[in-house]
Amino acid sequence: MAAVLPSTKATGVVVAQRKSRTGYLLLLPGMTWLAIFFAIPFVTLFLTSLQAPVAGQSGQYVPAFQISNYSDALLEYWPQFLRSFVYAGIATGFALIIAYPLAYFIAFKAGRWRALMLVLVIAPSFASFLLRTYAWKTILADEGFITSFFNFLHLLPDDRILNTGFAVVAGLTYNFLPFMILPLYAALEKIDPRLIEASNDLYASAFTTFRKVTWPLSLPGVVAGTLLTFIPATGDYINAELLGSTQNRMIGNVIQTNFIEFRDYPTASALSFVLMAAILVLVFTYIRRAGTEDLV
Amino acid sequence: MRWIRRHLLGVVAAMVLVYLFVPIAVVAVLSFNKPEGKYNTSWNTFSLDGWTNICGVPGVCDSFMISIRIGIISTLIATVLGTMIAFALVRYRFRGRSSTNLLIFLPMTTPEVVMGASLLALFLNLRFPLGELTIIIAHIMFTISFVVVTVKARLQGMDPRLEEAARDLYAGPRATFRYVTLPLVAPGIAGAALLGFSLSFDDFIISFFNAGTVVTFPIYIWGAAQRGIPVQVNALATLVFVIALLIVLLSQFVASRRRKALENDISQNAINIDAFLPKS
Repeated sequence: MAAVLPSTKATGVVVAQRKSRTGYLLLLPGMTWLAIFFAIPFVTLFLTSLQAPVAGQSGQYVPAFQISNYSDALLEYWPQFLRSFVYAGIATGFALIIAYPLAYFIAFKAGRWRALMLVLVIAPSFASFLLRTYAWKTILADEGFITSFFNFLHLLPDDRILNTGFAVVAGLTYNFLPFMILPLYAALEKIDPRLIEASNDLYASAFTTFRKVTWPLSLPGVVAGTLLTFIPATGDYINAELLGSTQNRMIGNVIQTNFIEFRDYPTASALSFVLMAAILVLVFTYIRRAGTEDLV
Repeated sequence: MRWIRRHLLGVVAAMVLVYLFVPIAVVAVLSFNKPEGKYNTSWNTFSLDGWTNICGVPGVCDSFMISIRIGIISTLIATVLGTMIAFALVRYRFRGRSSTNLLIFLPMTTPEVVMGASLLALFLNLRFPLGELTIIIAHIMFTISFVVVTVKARLQGMDPRLEEAARDLYAGPRATFRYVTLPLVAPGIAGAALLGFSLSFDDFIISFFNAGTVVTFPIYIWGAAQRGIPVQVNALATLVFVIALLIVLLSQFVASRRRKALENDISQNAINIDAFLPKS
């Protein structure tokens, strides 16, 4: 469907899309790269996930059709799977709550500061991801201000934040926040402010205006931001490794150690495949609502 | 109280922005630290060691240069490939559009650990030796999509009447592209390249899977995290952050100056298409 429609975005002026071989030639090199190094690896990943070990030789596997690799892997590692989804879910919820006011402010109130504020949202990613995560060790340290404050209120079951699930969730929330702010901003920015004014003029309270006008109109941004935060957070293992203890391992940690340290490729591949399948379900649910044209 | 209620949203927004920079401030402050033990996580005494002797710890600057090199090579290739795709998506009709869109979108939503693992599975099965080349291949793969999105947005935001005007003024397709289209899209391509470089330079997970024995800057930090990160790493990361921020702020400043100049030109000359064309 989308191919038949001329692109009318932004300027409202119709650009006739040409149909010629040039289009295919422009696509060819980049799409070939993605096909070979993104799509085909999933096939090899799937084949690897079914391989059987060679008796007596660790790290050696032969092509096979061992479906039991999947059940074994899931039986052994379901807690880490569950934990990944729980941590990522909580972090995504926090990120939404933190990101919304900032995105709203940039979209409606920032005026000439808008461009600068958007730069400031992206700027943290110019500093190393690993070092920023590591810095939370300092911020959440046992004698630190934040831990003392929560301890004063007797809110911490272990009297500490570092090396607990709280620290991992805090790290995930922080690290993926820009992925929530930017899509939210993009959706809010499209809202005609006159709609909000109209609602106010009709004596709706600020809360009613938000609930009936702003929030529903910002939903595409909420959905996109939630996906873009939840997905990388689920697969992340840096936060769990640097800020958590062995009790807080996520599925990414398991895949990494099985693949690189234990060289148990079939188990790691099976887990990666299940993780990817779970995420594809999420993505396709989203596509059914929004179509593919708004993806890129 | 009244002031707070009126400006509540602004105050919260400012707090969120500050929150985004707290860990960076910690990294920067600790670059001036002389850690007590091997872990540089709490303040001890002021020292300039990290800055005056920035390559003083073996491996730090080597890995830094490797990351710069990988970043430049993969960004160059990904920017060219991604820009071509963006032009095809906006300007051409072709079959298989929705699967093309999907293949561009998926790398941005696939967890890095899955991409890293599946690419490693491919290289292992092909018995392809791991090293700098495999890292570059991987980086190009995951940055292409971000380039496409950035350049595509710029292309869609462009006023097509400018190109029509060029054609009406008897510019051939090549001249139109060279003097009208390319200069207008250039900021988008530059932004895409900057984004691509920062993604490549900072990537850890995918690189770690496909690095073999090569140590990039993030891989160095990962290894050092277990035995204590040297202050030099904090200094280098702070330096990179400040330089990148300056580049972006400067380009924003130049862009807004240029826009203002253009608006003045237009208001003085009513309709003057020359104002849009770069001086050749």
